[in-house]
Parts: sequence; C-alpha cells; structure tokens
Amino acid sequence: MITLIDYGVGNIFAFQNVYKRLDIPTKIAKTYEDLSDAKKLILPGVGSFDYAIEQLNASGMREKLDELVLEQKVPVIGICVGMQMMGNRSDEGKLEGLKWIDSEILKFDESIIKQRTKLPHMGWNDVSPVKNHPLFIGLEKEAIFYFLHSYYFKCNNPTESIAVSDYGISFTSAVNRDNVFGIQFHPEKSHQYGEKLLHNFAML
Amino acid sequence: MLRPRIIPSLLLHDKGLVKTVNFKSPKYVGDPINAVRIFNEKKVDELAFFDIDATALNKEPDYTLIEKLANQSRMPLCYGGGVKTIEQAQKIFGLGIEKIALSSAVIQNPKLVTQIADRVGSQSVIVVLDIKKKLLGGYEIYTHNGKKSTGINPVKFAKELEALGAGEIIINSIDQDGVMKGYDLNLIDKIAETISIPLTVLGGAGSMSDIEKVIEKHGVIGVAAGSLFVFKGPYKAVLINYPTQIEKNKIFKINKSGNTE
Repeated sequence: MITLIDYGVGNIFAFQNVYKRLDIPTKIAKTYEDLSDAKKLILPGVGSFDYAIEQLNASGMREKLDELVLEQKVPVIGICVGMQMMGNRSDEGKLEGLKWIDSEILKFDESIIKQRTKLPHMGWNDVSPVKNHPLFIGLEKEAIFYFLHSYYFKCNNPTESIAVSDYGISFTSAVNRDNVFGIQFHPEKSHQYGEKLLHNFAML
Repeated sequence: MLRPRIIPSLLLHDKGLVKTVNFKSPKYVGDPINAVRIFNEKKVDELAFFDIDATALNKEPDYTLIEKLANQSRMPLCYGGGVKTIEQAQKIFGLGIEKIALSSAVIQNPKLVTQIADRVGSQSVIVVLDIKKKLLGGYEIYTHNGKKSTGINPVKFAKELEALGAGEIIINSIDQDGVMKGYDLNLIDKIAETISIPLTVLGGAGSMSDIEKVIEKHGVIGVAAGSLFVFKGPYKAVLINYPTQIEKNKIFKINKSGNTE
C-alpha cells in the first residue's frame, strides 16, 4: 500500500488515479494517526517552497514523518516541490527544509539558458538515469517526463544523484539516499513513463 | 532536450465542449471527459480547457467538472475561466490542475498575478490574452469572449505581466480563431521578442505545417490549437486527432525513435 501525504499542497488525486489503474492500493494521510501503518510514502508538492513547508508543519505530520523516514527507514518519494522540501534550504524561500538529503535548492541561472524562453523550465525533457537503478527499470532509453519548475536540486553528495536532465546546465532530476527518493518532474502527468516510474516505486 | 509543446485547446460551454469561429457561433464537438480520455491515449503534451461561460455570465468555475477532468487526465492540465481570487486558484490546484490561466481578472487588477504567484509559485500562473487587430494597425486586448475592448496594448502588457511574476503567457488571436488559415505570425514575433517567460500561441492552426512554422522560428514554444485537433476534413467532421510521438519528433528534429505503442 502507498500512503499519499495530503497536507493541502499538491495533487493527491492524480497519484491515486495512477495507482488505481495499476491496481495498487493507496491511502490518503491527513493526520499523524493516518501515517501509523505507512509502508511507503509519497510527498507531492506544487507551489512555493515556504508555503509547502508551512503547510506540512501545520498538518501535524512533520514529526511523525521524520520518525518514519529517518528512524524506521520507510521508503518515501518527494515529487517536484516535495523533492525540494527534502533539501536543506531553497533560494525560493527563507524556511529550512526537511534536511533528509544534504542539498541546496538553487534558482536556475537564466544567463546560461541558450534560448529565448528562460524560466520556468516547462515542458517535456529527457531524463538520463544512472545504470540499473530500480526506480528507472524500463525507463533507461526513450523516456521523457514533464517538468514545471524554476529551482533545481543540487546534491552536496553527487553520488546521490540518480538521474540528470539538461536545462542550461546538467541538473539532478532524481535523487536517492537510502530509503529517500526525490524526482523533480511530474510522473503523475507523464503518461506511460510516469506510470512506469510510480509502478517501480511501488515494487521497491 | 526541452521540447516545444503541442497543446489541444478546448472550450467548455454548458458542460460540453464547443469550438468557435472568431469567438462566435459555438459548435458542439463533444463531451469533455471523453475528450480527456482520448487525448490520454494520444499522449498529448498538455491540455488546456477554457470555460467561456464563467466570466461572461459572472459564474464561479465549475469545480465538479474541473475535478472530473483532472482525475481523468494523465497529462498536465491548464484551466482558465472565471478565476478571480487566490482562494479560487488554490481550490482548483487542489483538484489536480497544474496551471491556472487568468484573464479578465488580471486585466482589471494586474497585481493578482503577484498575489497568486507568491502562494503557488510563478510556474503555475498563466495569463491568457485575447487579442484583436486594430483597424489602423497594432493590437488590442479584449475580454468577455472578445466582446469588451480594453484599450490595452498586449505587447506592453505582456512585459508588465512578466515583471509581476507570471509563469507563462498564452496569446489567443480573436481574428484567427477557428479560421484554420495559420497563426498571426507577426503578433507572435512581437510578443516573443518582448518576454523571456514561456509563451503559448493559439488561434488559426489549420494544419501541422502551421505548427511547424512557429516551432521552426521560435524553437521552444507552446503551440496550441482548437479546430485542428477536433475536426477532420473539409466539412469539419468532429474527430479528435493529434500527432504521434514520431510525427512530433520529426517536427522537433529529434532523432529518438520514441515510444508510441
């Protein structure tokens, strides 16, 4: 079962629908009690960094999540801003991140993006995963994913970057440290490729 | 490589889908939920819905319908129509929409862009401008389905919207709408030269070659079309269609084989 963290930010239903099609049960968690039986977690996120962190703090789930992720090592995947929240800090806001992965969230440098359109990085882009990562089984070659963001995840330990994409620079589009995963793109809106990735996460 | 986006643009009217010509004479083209299902199968880059009743009739967005559309969609969705407040925008994001297109409310109060962007991030705040040629040259923004003139110059206004924190601008040519004789390339050039945020162009596509022309010139851009993706043939029979990944890669000049199963 996959537990979807519903803290008022991000698109829970889209994930629910993907897993319904995959015949994998999901549960929506709105309170810390709902998290008690979590075996696998999805932390979605849309919006600005500080607002997302504030909402997560206000949900009352923050401490329980720290315990599940850091102590009980429950697998968790952060999506888009959900991934960024797992870092130390962000150029977008003033609040501290969850610090589950040692990283900074930086704004893209517009001066090195060689096209008229600069930010946000919006649309379908290639994702190049490292070899044989279980999250990207079947997605090594032709997969493209939908991105919508202006800030990117910079790992302080480069070995934790498990996929890169190009937008002016080569940046980390997927990250993994132990039981913690993050992806910058939107698998719930990336057709069969995203569905495959979410399936892979469920199979971990 | 970041790809250009080819976007079907669908109009909601009386809970059905319609297509207009010059923003007039809406013709029924089908059921919106069914259209999302078909566009899912066709692996569309992005889908845009505009409710043409909401502002004109001063109605709230139809949240029930929006939720159904979002639930069905396996691709990014943009919704526009009748959004005037942060609360409405947040409610719609909560239903599973990635992008909200603001229009008349922003023309009355441009600062709304900043207010919503502060809450949800610039990347999700889209402004759609309905634009008509002026008799003596130049362009002007209209609202209320092309009925109300505003006296606002779209080129200047686009620049202002960028500074206020808009994440994307959609320009919709009233003159070209539903005519299927190509985009207003001059208008596209003018706006594209002015802004560095993503731009999506709408109005006039009659063939894939019209889309190709815009991409050839502007590279990474959103190219939206209504009639082209809902009608087929000279008698405009309703038939939802969309290019395959292989056809798109040819236009994007990408050598990947693509997965179109």
